[in-house]
Amino acid sequence: MALRRKDLLGLADLSPEEIEHLLEQAEAMREVLEREIKKVPALRGRVVVNLFYEPSTRTRFSFELAAKYLSAETVSVAAATASVVKGEGLLDTARTVEALGADVVVLRHPSAGAAAFLARHVKAAVINAGDGMHEHPTQALLDLFTVKRHKGRIEGLTVTIVGDILHSRVARSNIWGFSKLGARVRVCGPATLIPPGLEELGVGVYYRLEEALEGADVVYILRLQRERFSEQTFLPGPEEYARLYGLNRERLQLAQPDALVMHPGPMNRGLEIAAEVAELDRAVIEEQVTNGVAVRMACLYLLMRRGEV
Amino acid sequence: MKRILFKSGTLVDPSSGRVWQADLLVEEGRIKAIDSGLVPPRGTEVVNAGGCLIFPGCVDVHVHLREPGFEHKETIATGVRAAVRGGFVAVAAMPNTRPVADSAAVVGYVRARGEEEGLAQVFPVGALSRGSEGKEMAPLGEMRQAGAVAFSDDGRWLADAQLMRRVMEYARMLKAPVISHCEEPALTKGGVMNEGITATVLGLRGMPAAAEEIAVARDIILAEFTGCHLHVAHISTAGAVRLVREARSRGLKVTAEVTPHHFTLTEEAVQGYNTNAKVNPPLRTRADVEALREALADGTIDIIATDHAPHAREEKEVEFDQAPFGISGLETAIALVFTELVHKGVLDLPQAAAKLSLNPRRLLGLPGGVLAEGEPAELTLIDPEREEEVDPATFASKGRNTPFAGWRLKGWPVGVVVRGKWIPVRPLPGEGLREI
Repeated sequence: MALRRKDLLGLADLSPEEIEHLLEQAEAMREVLEREIKKVPALRGRVVVNLFYEPSTRTRFSFELAAKYLSAETVSVAAATASVVKGEGLLDTARTVEALGADVVVLRHPSAGAAAFLARHVKAAVINAGDGMHEHPTQALLDLFTVKRHKGRIEGLTVTIVGDILHSRVARSNIWGFSKLGARVRVCGPATLIPPGLEELGVGVYYRLEEALEGADVVYILRLQRERFSEQTFLPGPEEYARLYGLNRERLQLAQPDALVMHPGPMNRGLEIAAEVAELDRAVIEEQVTNGVAVRMACLYLLMRRGEV
Repeated sequence: MKRILFKSGTLVDPSSGRVWQADLLVEEGRIKAIDSGLVPPRGTEVVNAGGCLIFPGCVDVHVHLREPGFEHKETIATGVRAAVRGGFVAVAAMPNTRPVADSAAVVGYVRARGEEEGLAQVFPVGALSRGSEGKEMAPLGEMRQAGAVAFSDDGRWLADAQLMRRVMEYARMLKAPVISHCEEPALTKGGVMNEGITATVLGLRGMPAAAEEIAVARDIILAEFTGCHLHVAHISTAGAVRLVREARSRGLKVTAEVTPHHFTLTEEAVQGYNTNAKVNPPLRTRADVEALREALADGTIDIIATDHAPHAREEKEVEFDQAPFGISGLETAIALVFTELVHKGVLDLPQAAAKLSLNPRRLLGLPGGVLAEGEPAELTLIDPEREEEVDPATFASKGRNTPFAGWRLKGWPVGVVVRGKWIPVRPLPGEGLREI
């Protein structure tokens, strides 16, 4: 079964069945990654273009590897070298990419909705690799995949997401993903970094980390972007943040004894997460990275199979 | 001598609240006679207005004609054609052109260009501050002499309270209203839509209702302090409505306008990153829309204005946060008033006519707005039963940026009388489906 959609723009659009299907496919891809020769011919002759308007190391490498393991041709364009600097708009770039014969465009862009905009203007499949504060669907899929591997299920779990929810596309995609698969989602952070209306999505909002951690099965720590301290006054400073919202061993004890600790990376050790916590066995942060490749292979594969079924 | 007889129309006079069927004879730009069974003198142009409503000519107090400086978006020539096609006989042109209309020269230019076109009249609004930069007072007196009917830094709020106080004192002396775009900029920096659940889900930066309400509150206080007539442009929140209602209940010279998009749409229209629904002030919530409708009905909001803000297609066909704010509104306004307000019982016909003609004229100090013998013959004819789908490709405006494309609306202007001329823009009800 393929996905019945041209693009992967966000988890808000996906049904629970579609998400489950992607996760099952990722399981198969994960097996490929465990082989000695990590290559299958599934996307031979297909062209995947990674179009990155924001700096990114992990996501870009992850997509590149995913495409390569599926035998697709890949081209990566970083904003600094792209025609962006010549003032070419996203629409023009999209048309160029299309004319060059891309089958899939993986887009990372600072504007929310950029992937949806691109998807409307090109025939190629578009995968959103992060659009402003909106969504980062493959990150949430790999997080779901990782949790499912460890817990065997998503339904009924309590997931606590901690940090700058307001600016986080990872938080938004994870709220959709975990909620749709039946988990209880809590968010926790200072009031200035919690966007309005989350309760309407069924999310529990907490300002005290201790309360938010109580009984949690998954503790998901977001990266605190230090530029937030300067551009507007969201927070008094990093020291206070670390004191109130930093995850340390003591606080983690409030969660379930086997609670997973997750982080989308890169981490600020000592700020949002204590180094000793990040090194625990149940901190699955590196495994998230590995699983990211499998999940992205599944996304590429299922979107490309759409035309064949 | 040009004479036009409108036979059997339904006259709507907002000044008396009367609605009645009669013939109306126009002669030399004035209403010569209103009676039943008028016999046209020889050489009279006869228009069968059966099935039509006749309003005093509608006036839009808030449009952006973009000339000089942004002629790729709109020109005065295309703007006045859009006005007439939308049923408006006059418009007030906002000063955020390039150069800004902050001098007698630019004000005079806009006015003269409007006269050259000879269609809808163009009344310039002068800037409050030089370059609308909020620092120094613009030459309000000279602009008034050159034909400015009001003053505004539209698009920006004059944040300096001392300067606002001074321009209000000055404008009061000149007997001209100050039109304020109420938005505390510190609260909306980087914002692209209403702050709330929709912005949260879309990952877009919000502009809270509080930004508008703080600005309305300060401006009302300064209006009371200075005695100046404050006109609140494009009011959009329930809280702002409450402030205006309270001010008016105390007899202050405070008026307010609402746009058709604000009384029709909610923030949901932005879903899918629809840049044609990106507008400032932003589309708000259902509760705000309800409050605006209530305020229209109880008279708190006395004017309907479009904030016609045309943009070129390529300017709107970009990422949401890159797109300019604005909706091309002149050619859908009256149809939205009928579809959303008149046919739904929010406004009766005299109220609708007052908010489109009499009250806008009073704001700008223009005569007319009354259907009576001897009054200026500026008229808008409307077929309240006509149904038509909004097709931006047919707009006279260069700006096709509308969130209403494809909407089927009921109640459309069929023609106007302006400068003594009858200009039909749609078939009369009796004429069948012939397109003009």
